Amino acid sequence: MSPRIEIRNSHVIDPAHSRAGHHTLYIAENRIVAWDHPPSGWVADHLIDAPNWITCPGLVDISARLREPGLEYRATLESEMLAAVSGGITSLVCPPDTDPVLDEPGLVEMLKHRTRQLSQAHVYPLGALTLGLRGQQLTEMAELTEAGCVGFSHAEAPLFDTHLLYRALQYAATFDYPVWLRPQDPYLSRGGVAHDGHVATRLGLPGIPTCAETLALQQIITLMRQTGTRVHICQLSSAEGVALVRQAKADGLPITADVSIHHLHLCDIDIGYFNSHCHLSPPLRSMRDRDALQAGVEDGTLDAICSDHTPVDDNAKQLPFGESEIGATGLELLLPLTLHWANTHNIELPQAIAKITHEPAKLLGLPAGHLSVGAPADLCLFDPDTYWEITPSNLHSQGKNTPFLGMHVPGKVMMTIIEGKIVYQAQQH
Amino acid sequence: MARNPQLNAHGELQHLLSIEGLPRSILLQILDIANSLVNLNEREVKKVDWLRGHGVFNLFFENSTRTRTTFEIAAKRLSADVVNLNINSSSTSKGETLLDTVNNLVAMLADVFVVRHSQSGAAHLIAQHMPNHIHVINAGDGRHAHPTQALLDMFTIRHYKGDFTQLRVAIIGDILHSRVARSLIHALSTLGTPEIRVIAPQTLLPADVESLGVHVFSNIEAGLKDMDVIITLRLQQERMEAGLLPSTHEFFKKYGLTEERLSLAKSDAIVMHPGPMNRGVEIDSTVADGPHSVILPQVTFGIAIRMAVIALLSGKVPSSDILQQLSTDPALV
Repeated sequence: MSPRIEIRNSHVIDPAHSRAGHHTLYIAENRIVAWDHPPSGWVADHLIDAPNWITCPGLVDISARLREPGLEYRATLESEMLAAVSGGITSLVCPPDTDPVLDEPGLVEMLKHRTRQLSQAHVYPLGALTLGLRGQQLTEMAELTEAGCVGFSHAEAPLFDTHLLYRALQYAATFDYPVWLRPQDPYLSRGGVAHDGHVATRLGLPGIPTCAETLALQQIITLMRQTGTRVHICQLSSAEGVALVRQAKADGLPITADVSIHHLHLCDIDIGYFNSHCHLSPPLRSMRDRDALQAGVEDGTLDAICSDHTPVDDNAKQLPFGESEIGATGLELLLPLTLHWANTHNIELPQAIAKITHEPAKLLGLPAGHLSVGAPADLCLFDPDTYWEITPSNLHSQGKNTPFLGMHVPGKVMMTIIEGKIVYQAQQH
Repeated sequence: MARNPQLNAHGELQHLLSIEGLPRSILLQILDIANSLVNLNEREVKKVDWLRGHGVFNLFFENSTRTRTTFEIAAKRLSADVVNLNINSSSTSKGETLLDTVNNLVAMLADVFVVRHSQSGAAHLIAQHMPNHIHVINAGDGRHAHPTQALLDMFTIRHYKGDFTQLRVAIIGDILHSRVARSLIHALSTLGTPEIRVIAPQTLLPADVESLGVHVFSNIEAGLKDMDVIITLRLQQERMEAGLLPSTHEFFKKYGLTEERLSLAKSDAIVMHPGPMNRGVEIDSTVADGPHSVILPQVTFGIAIRMAVIALLSGKVPSSDILQQLSTDPALV
């Protein structure tokens, strides 16, 4: 049985119900059982008296690579699940581009089983849209859904065959399975390693033009109009992309979209002198694009902010920019960098926190991301006024690769509670 | 952003990785040192002993004959010990090989690394991982930079034209893939050239090329009008395969430098090419071998420039008196 926890008089932010203020929460039997007034006969096993902390729903990160199965040398499930809870994340979605690819139910069940054993964050895998992500044959979507997949994705793998994409969207629509796509035309992006703009020109890096994103996005939107499929657009990178999603939403299409913490804060200029930590996919684009992405999050065009956590080992980053491996660590940076965005853009905290809790939970259809009485007790408690420096030793993830190394960020996760159990507690000084 | 990795804390040249970010004074210093060395060619003993006991390692991860040879000759004329390493960069773990290889060589005798690599930024990466007493010279990285080529071109232009501040320069051809073009544009800008033109079809121009401070011409006749200096670039066969151009024949028809087109430039214009040339593709033989061509002197000046760069980085440039004597008295040993 889970302990009875009383979080006394912390600053509670529940963006789903626009509630914010000092309250006391009562947790028992894995759930939130009361606000402010204890149930009769209440005796707490744990009393958390935290007037300076913020209590919010546990974070929902809709893109995190755990590198299992197959790529454990880059990270292990244990290290990354610890990184997740130390970042306040209680639910996460992982893309299917593992080795082997998540394209058959047994693999998905194994991953679900392994993660359940660790009793940490809830893991929601995306199934591969095509076998082996080879873009030739559809996967058994119904079987994969039964095994626990929450949607279907082609991850970073190119899908050349538009006819197959059309069929995949039709098939998914039949059963109302959502499809998650990262819009990037495989021909226009071929060989490119950076945004095709003045920085790539100066550094002599092969470029990926913005039209690689917009062309793919227009293709997806056109097929959505035809098929009615629910589509989630992953990690937008361009101003034009944001405008296309905004229009599609205005037209009433069932489309949602996210942006990564990297693209929310950085642009191609941050590549500096070939900093391979900025070798990301999609590429970091111009300052104008970055500003449009921020505006898109603020006005609701972009539903969620994700970490796009991709741990890479040091050797794979200590290469010339174009040969270095793509990706950056992010699980432990999702909260601080979202807070940093809110602080620097005068965004109200409930609105900012909604982008990493309630909104992603809603687009996934999860019973998470809010703090109603009766809701599963998945909570993140953090100190908003503690700044900490991003250093390799401050990260639990096996991936230490991030463009934000050396930055001081606000928001230290003090405690993470999943289903009423304390799964992470920060070292107190 | 990090400090300019080419300069040390005193603003002196630590590595030569790119022309971008270098002050005018350093470019001129290199040109001046090279100027006092250029007469060595006339002497019976073509050597100085400035780098005796020093090791210069030529690390070529990409094929090159001309550049590697001129670096080798330059280092030998400075009396350095020269080691040439041609490393096949097509092995799968080439990146690890890159830093591992270099670290192994550091433990030997190296003082200067001359690096050529197919990836932009490779020389920066190596420079970042070097102890302070080691100097890296970029001999070409991907599409990014080829600073010694740009310096020898500046030397050539100064030799024939004197002053940069009155010049109009046109660069013709494959700007997109050209590290030479990027370095040239930065060098010309830093030295005060008021007008730099690039002449190419859109498919051979990088995005936002105007941001480098150049004027774009798609029509070669309009672009060549009244130019003082014309630089043609090598066009590689791969560009046809990548769908950037229909054929070398059509490229020559639209952008090849012919005598007729050259006549649109100033009557005393000079024609340059970083080599190796494709005659009948980017340049007509009559122009390449004609009276305006300074393509062969470019190669000779290349040795003096590379000597100057190696000597400057190693801190072995003698006093200005000696340099002065060297340039005026070729008989001096």
